[in-house]
Amino acid sequence: MPTITYIDHDGTERPIEAKNGETVMETAIKNSVPGIDADCGGACACATCHVYVEESFMDKVGQPEEMEQSMLDFAENVQANSRLSCQIQISDELDGLRVTTPESQH
Amino acid sequence: MDLSTAKNIVVIGGGQAGAQAVQSLRQFGYEGAITLVGDEAALPYQRPPLSKAYMKGELAEDRLYFKPAAWYEDNKVETLLSQRVEKIDRANRQVLLQHGGHLDYDAVIIATGSRPRPLPVEGADLENVFELRGLSDVEHIQPKMIPGKKLVIVGAGYIGLEAAAVARQLGLEVTVLEMEQRALARVTSPVISSFYEALHMEHGVDVRCGARLGSLKGKDGKLTHAVLASGEEIKADMVLAGIGIIPNVELAEEAGLPCKNGIIVDEDARTSDPRIFAAGDCTVRPLAHYARTGRLESVHNAIEQGKLAAAAIMGKPRPALDCPWFWSDQYDIKLQIAGLSQGYDEIVVRGDVEAKKFAAFYKKNGRLIAVDAINSPPEFIASKRLIMSGATVASETLADTSISMKEIAAAAA
Repeated sequence: MPTITYIDHDGTERPIEAKNGETVMETAIKNSVPGIDADCGGACACATCHVYVEESFMDKVGQPEEMEQSMLDFAENVQANSRLSCQIQISDELDGLRVTTPESQH
Repeated sequence: MDLSTAKNIVVIGGGQAGAQAVQSLRQFGYEGAITLVGDEAALPYQRPPLSKAYMKGELAEDRLYFKPAAWYEDNKVETLLSQRVEKIDRANRQVLLQHGGHLDYDAVIIATGSRPRPLPVEGADLENVFELRGLSDVEHIQPKMIPGKKLVIVGAGYIGLEAAAVARQLGLEVTVLEMEQRALARVTSPVISSFYEALHMEHGVDVRCGARLGSLKGKDGKLTHAVLASGEEIKADMVLAGIGIIPNVELAEEAGLPCKNGIIVDEDARTSDPRIFAAGDCTVRPLAHYARTGRLESVHNAIEQGKLAAAAIMGKPRPALDCPWFWSDQYDIKLQIAGLSQGYDEIVVRGDVEAKKFAAFYKKNGRLIAVDAINSPPEFIASKRLIMSGATVASETLADTSISMKEIAAAAA
């Protein structure tokens, strides 16, 4: 099972064993990782599951699709490595992925 | 009333609002006992996918749950599933369970949600007549979703239309009956209604507006036809009713809490009893930006009031209120709604209706009060902010796609 490490804005790291096929958001919610709200449950409708993807994984994670990109355009504190975690599906390839959560999702 | 030293909190209802309240109580540092009483067999789960990806078979059941079973154990939340509350005894501060026994409480959160309005016609009890609210409904419906079968949906609201889209994609023959003169009449403008009627017709759905269901006809207890008030008979292998919901206020009402088409709560989700809160579909609440009260049937509302109730109990500052928001997925179209359009006096359309990428903005006295955004996330997100800030934006500006929503939002800030 791939391990995903969630880092909150003050640096606390939470490594979590994830399930292939679930999303980075779902894994966070089920494991009560703070900093991800995911109000819409993964429908790409609310932009409250924003994370920063560690640079070295940017290629593997890939680019956001159009819908996600426009949601991100209006999120707070967006950076080049911003993604909505409900749109990142976990696979073995993402083993070791590190994502940082922003201070607030609203 | 200071409830931060409460030792026993009972949450009645295991839907989105109840689940949120429980999570927020723990998040805000509540350390006492929590008992969550739910009348369904399942732990709290997301309802929106039931008429969308889950119904279509694209989402596994375990992905519907907010939290795994272990979370409730780890967080010392006792869950009483498949159980109903008989009564809230305010004098003795006890919640009485239908199976017998009672729970003492220092505070109660009523999150009883709503139930589908039953079809008020003869034959509604025939086999293969369904409603859609819970997981068990989908369990009954899904095996009948067989290509070529004839499905008649009563009610062209969001649930009905979402189910129509799923059924068409699964290869069923679908008729939608709507009593009003247009689809989504209760919730949106004619612009959006026409769009969805055309969309469904394009996908082969027979959309009948102004068509009132007269009765359901069957043979040997099994449904065979939907009969219109006009007398026309439509062959049907199954009927799905989506004619709205009724808030579950009975417990509150019997406990003497004021209700009016919902349990009346204040801005902290508190009822007239300082120890009793209510959250979600079952409440009537102040609508901060609309200078009125109302009942919101939405995920946003369930989450927000769950948080409000938990914060009020724990004496925390009131969480920031969000602009009401909703969404609907039908075929490859995502509708995102911000705000409440009731009472608008002007509609501005931005974008290309033909290209299925446009937004309808609703204004009242010059102020933006709502948007229906079709495949247009920037219009949705930017509007949430514009609505909350009470901005006035010129209609020509809103309609001008050469000006980005980012620029519009920045100019109004």
